[in-house]
Amino acid sequence: MAESQQNYLQIRNLNHEYEAGKPILRGIDLNFDQPGIIAIIGPSGTGKSTLLRCINRLINPTSGEVLFDNVDLTSVEGKELRRHRRHIGMVFQEYNLVERLTVIENLLTGRLGYMSAWNAWRRNYTQDDINNAFELLEMVGLKDFAKQRADSLSGGQRQRVGIARAVMQDPYVLLADEPTSSLDPKTAVEIMELMDTLARRKNIPALVNIHDVSLAQRFAVRMVGMSGGHVVYDGPPEGITEDHLKQIYGGESWLS
Amino acid sequence: MSTINHQWERFTFQKKLARFAVYLVTVAAFLASIRTVDVIPEFFYDAPNQISDMFSRMWPLDTAFYPITVHAALMETLHIATLGTLVTLIFAVPLALLNARNVVANPVVNWISRFFLVSSRSVNSLVWALLFVAVFGPGVIAGVLAIAFRSVGFIGKLLAEAIEEINMGTIEALRATGASWASVLIKGYWPQVKPAFFSIVLFRWDINVRESAVLGLVGAGGIGVVLNDAMNLFEWQKVSMVLFSIFAVVILAEILVVQIRKRMI
Repeated sequence: MAESQQNYLQIRNLNHEYEAGKPILRGIDLNFDQPGIIAIIGPSGTGKSTLLRCINRLINPTSGEVLFDNVDLTSVEGKELRRHRRHIGMVFQEYNLVERLTVIENLLTGRLGYMSAWNAWRRNYTQDDINNAFELLEMVGLKDFAKQRADSLSGGQRQRVGIARAVMQDPYVLLADEPTSSLDPKTAVEIMELMDTLARRKNIPALVNIHDVSLAQRFAVRMVGMSGGHVVYDGPPEGITEDHLKQIYGGESWLS
Repeated sequence: MSTINHQWERFTFQKKLARFAVYLVTVAAFLASIRTVDVIPEFFYDAPNQISDMFSRMWPLDTAFYPITVHAALMETLHIATLGTLVTLIFAVPLALLNARNVVANPVVNWISRFFLVSSRSVNSLVWALLFVAVFGPGVIAGVLAIAFRSVGFIGKLLAEAIEEINMGTIEALRATGASWASVLIKGYWPQVKPAFFSIVLFRWDINVRESAVLGLVGAGGIGVVLNDAMNLFEWQKVSMVLFSIFAVVILAEILVVQIRKRMI
């Protein structure tokens, strides 16, 4: 994955409003140029999810640039957009697996961007894809579940499948929208560990929206604090002070 | 102990008035319709005699009639129902996709497809059959098309509703992998609507078996033709044989559908 160096991500002056006159993202400038977990913290409704979705254009930003793989993603459409999307893996709070398909096929859906719909219909995955899927499944510790349906798995197991699906895409960057928020504390730590391991192994940045500040500090190489649609902190995790947290979340009675 | 008596009533005074008005209108409508229908009491009192008379003429069933005419017509009826249901899918699936707001996010397109679905449903199978008999002449083709045209609205509407109920998170996840629109349809939408799809199609096939049994009354092929002929000739034992055959087939279809559905979901 040495080539992924040039594929790191730059966000320039990104703005988004769902309703005219009510901006949710205000002039976001961020560079992601190091591998590992980059934790994005901030109160609910401050635009963390919107930010991630503006990167892979699940949401079209109102203005600004997203530079990825030497292209401004906000300016491409259709086939070209999909060609770039396949190098952006995404992980979701509610896992968003295809519940009625088997675990192994959920991993293989990570390859849909690389194959025709006709081959998808015929389940004509390449031998390489199938081999990679089984190896990855073993890596995330679900080798025995390959042929079970995704809806028979627990939350933590499903999230592992979700992460494996994203990694199947051969991503240059991972986006994770609150991947631990539906999980118990122990599982949450395991999921963060897994993302950390995979991000380092693939030498790619993983942008993780997360509510648990101390969990974020434990794994992140860098933290971004957002409030009111602005970036109010951007730096090393140990640099976050109580003053920063007050500024990010407001109030102070919850800190103690 | 609270000393204040709190006032609470389920309905406001206006609501009570409105509810009373609804009761009043219902009773008035019932009385008005009885006066309009103009029941002739003699015919009404006579009914039990007529029924027992008819049943006595229907008994015993003319079983010899079954292999001669009924069997072939019954098979024809099943074929009309099955073929009609299959033809339906050619139109119903695209219309359902166009009608589902989470597939095509364009209200104009949604509305156009809804227009076709509603038109299909607003016309009864028998009326469709009359139209197609006029176009293609009496026979199986008219029956198949009548079944198909009526079912498009039914299957299309229910399928569109099933599509709208799927989990869009999955769709979002597949779009995020860079999958094409067609791939998302195949791997995201289809696995989620599959059980509903088969359930709806089987249900409609079950209905179509019953509907195609009457289509023959207007000349659109099948067992209805035989039934109509027997009734016109007052051959009541043949009529009862036909009715019994239809009954048996409907029961068998029901059992079949229940078994398949159980295995699938």
